[in-house]
Amino acid sequence: MSGTFLGMPPFPVAARAALADTQLRHNLAHATGTIRAKRADVVAEVDNWEELRVAGAAIKDNALRSLDATLLRLEKSLQDNGVTVHWARDAAEACSIVAAVALSHGVDEVVKVKSMATQEIGLNEALAEHGVAAWETDLAELIVQLGDDLPSHILVPAIHRNRAEIREVFRDRMAGAGKAAPDGLSDEPADLAAAARAHLREKFLRAKVAVSGANFAVAETGTLVVVESEGNGRMCLTLPEVLVSVVGIEKVVPTWTDLDVFFQLLPRSSTGERMNPYTSTWSGVAPGDGPREMHVVLLDNGRTRVLADEVGRQTLRCIRCSACLNVCPVYERTGGHAYGSVYPGPIGAILNPLMKGVGDDAQTDSLPYASTLCGACFEVCPVRIDIPEVLVHLRSRVVDAHRPGPPSAEALAMRAAGWVFGRARRLGAVERAAGLLSRALRGRRSLRWLPWPGSLWTGARDLPVPPRRAFRRLRSERR
Amino acid sequence: MTARDEILAAVRRALADAEPTHAQVSRAYRDTPPPPDPVALFVERAAEYRAHVVRCAEADVPAIVAAAVGPTARVLLPPGFPYPVAGQVDTGETATRLDDFDAVVTTAALAIATTGTLVLDHGPGQGRRALTLVPDTHLCLVRADQVVADVPAAVAALDPARPQTWISGPSATSDIELTRVEGVHGPRTLHILVIDPA
Repeated sequence: MSGTFLGMPPFPVAARAALADTQLRHNLAHATGTIRAKRADVVAEVDNWEELRVAGAAIKDNALRSLDATLLRLEKSLQDNGVTVHWARDAAEACSIVAAVALSHGVDEVVKVKSMATQEIGLNEALAEHGVAAWETDLAELIVQLGDDLPSHILVPAIHRNRAEIREVFRDRMAGAGKAAPDGLSDEPADLAAAARAHLREKFLRAKVAVSGANFAVAETGTLVVVESEGNGRMCLTLPEVLVSVVGIEKVVPTWTDLDVFFQLLPRSSTGERMNPYTSTWSGVAPGDGPREMHVVLLDNGRTRVLADEVGRQTLRCIRCSACLNVCPVYERTGGHAYGSVYPGPIGAILNPLMKGVGDDAQTDSLPYASTLCGACFEVCPVRIDIPEVLVHLRSRVVDAHRPGPPSAEALAMRAAGWVFGRARRLGAVERAAGLLSRALRGRRSLRWLPWPGSLWTGARDLPVPPRRAFRRLRSERR
Repeated sequence: MTARDEILAAVRRALADAEPTHAQVSRAYRDTPPPPDPVALFVERAAEYRAHVVRCAEADVPAIVAAAVGPTARVLLPPGFPYPVAGQVDTGETATRLDDFDAVVTTAALAIATTGTLVLDHGPGQGRRALTLVPDTHLCLVRADQVVADVPAAVAALDPARPQTWISGPSATSDIELTRVEGVHGPRTLHILVIDPA
C-alpha cells in the first residue's frame, strides 16, 4: 500500500534529485518557514524554557542510565494494570506479535494511530502479508498511504505535498480504500479535512483492533501517553475492543510527575502550540471505558546498539518533536525523502547510523555528512541532544569503518596536508608557492573552478585565493 | 534466551561503561509565579484555539446550554451530570449510536490557565471517553475554582490511574501546508462554560 525506502541511493545522489524539484522546494520552504515562526513565538513566551530543556534531558538520561531496571518496573506496572507485555528484539519479531494478536481476534483490518515505531518496523506491509489491512488514520499518514507515497517529515509526513496534490490523491484513491471523496471536492484544507473525516469515520466505528505507539510510557504507574491533534488517536484508543501499542524501549520515563516537563516541551517544539488539541493517558484497562484487552510490545530494533555508543546514546532522549527538521538548512532544501528513512533530517542523520551501525551500507554511511554542522538543531532540541557532536563522532566512525580499504580522495588529501603541516620548511615552501599563485591571479578573491581533482571541491564551493604573503612571513618580517 | 532476557542483557552490556549515578533533576521550573488572574487567562487562551468560551453563573447554565446546542439537537449527558440540562443520559450505547447524537455536555476534572486546556478524568459528570469524542459538539462546564495555573500544577493534581483526556480547543489539523483547520475527527465545535461562584 505504500512505497519503500529500501534501495534508496546515498544522500548526495538523492539530494540532487530532490533539489531539482522546484515544487517540492516551494512546498518545503513554505511549510518549514511557517512552523519555525510558530515555534519561536510560543517558546519565547516561556520564561523558564532552558530550565525545562535541562530537566527534560536529565529525566531521560536517568531513565536510560538504568534502563534495565526502568523497563522491568514498567513491565510490572503494565502487568498490574492488566496489560499483556511482549518484548521484540527486531522489526520482524514486533510485526509478528502484532499480527498474531490481530489474527487471534479474527479481524482483517486494524486502525492505526500515527506512530513512528510502527513505521520504522514496516508494520503495515507485514500485516498485509497476513491478510490484515492497516488503515492509517492521521490525515498526513492517510495522504501518504493513499498516494502510495513515502513519509518525508516526522510530524507532517505529507509536508512535501501541497493542497492541489492532496485533492488529486483523495479524488483518485479514496474510493479504492473505502468511502469515496465527495463530488466536486475543492482544494481548501477544511474541505480536504472533512473528506478525511467522512472517509475514516466508518472505519473507526467498525474497527475491532487498533494499533498505536506511545509518546511516553511511565514506569512508576504503567501509564501510556499519546499526544495528537485530530482526534483520530482518541478514536483508535477508545472505540475498538483490543489495543496493541508498539513502544520503543527509550520511551520510558520514571514517574508520572516527570510528564509535567514533556507536556510543556513537546507541543511547543513540535507544532508550535501552547498545547496540542488532544493528549490521552491511560493506565491499562478501565472498566466500562475503552478497550477490554491491551497489549504493549517493547521494541529494541537497534536501540540497545545506540545505548552502547558513549557519544551517541544521548540520541535516545529524542521525543520525536521534529523541531530539528524545521530549522535545518539542509532539510529545508532537500526534504525528507533524500534521507532514505522514516527518520529524516538532523535526528535521522544520527539515529539511522546509530541504530543500524556504520560500515555496511553506503546510504547509511552518507547520512552523518548530510549536514553543515551549523548547530541550529541543537539550539532548538527540547531535550538538548547535541546533534552536531554526534554527527562529527559518527563521521569518524564511518572513516574508521572504511580504514582497511583503499583510501578515499579525501583521506589522501588529508594525508598530503598532514605531510605539509608536519614541517615548518614544507609549509613555508607551499605558502610561498601559494603567494606566487595569488599574485598571478591579480586581485581575484576566489576561484569558482579548478581542474580535476580540484573540481571535486569547486563543484559545490568557491575556493578562496590564498593571501600574497602568509601570516608567518609577515610575523617574521616584523621582528 | 527469550527476547526479554536478550534485550535486558543487551541493555546491561551497553551500559557497562556508563556512569551509574543519576543526575539530580532540577525542579526549579515548578516555581514559576502563577499568573495574576488564572481564570481570565484560561478564558483568553482557550478562545485562541477557537473554542467558544463564556463565563456565567450557575443559574444561567441551562439557558446557555440550550442556546448553544439549538432547539432540535439530540443531546447526550454522562451519568452523574450535576446540572439541570435537558438530554439523554448515557447507558453504554455503541459507538454507532453515539454518532446519532449532535452534542454532549460534561463537566471536567480541572482546567489549565497558561495553556487553555481542559482535562477530563472521566469520572461522574464527565462520562466514558467515547462520549466526548463521537458527537460533533462538546459543551464542557468547568467551575472557576477548578482552574489551575500551569501544567505542573495540573499533573500534580491528577490521578494517573484514571484515564485522562487533555483537550485544548476543538480537534484540529495542520497537515495540509501547515494551515490550521479546526475540526477533524473529534468534536468540531467546543463550547466552554466557566462557572463563576455565586
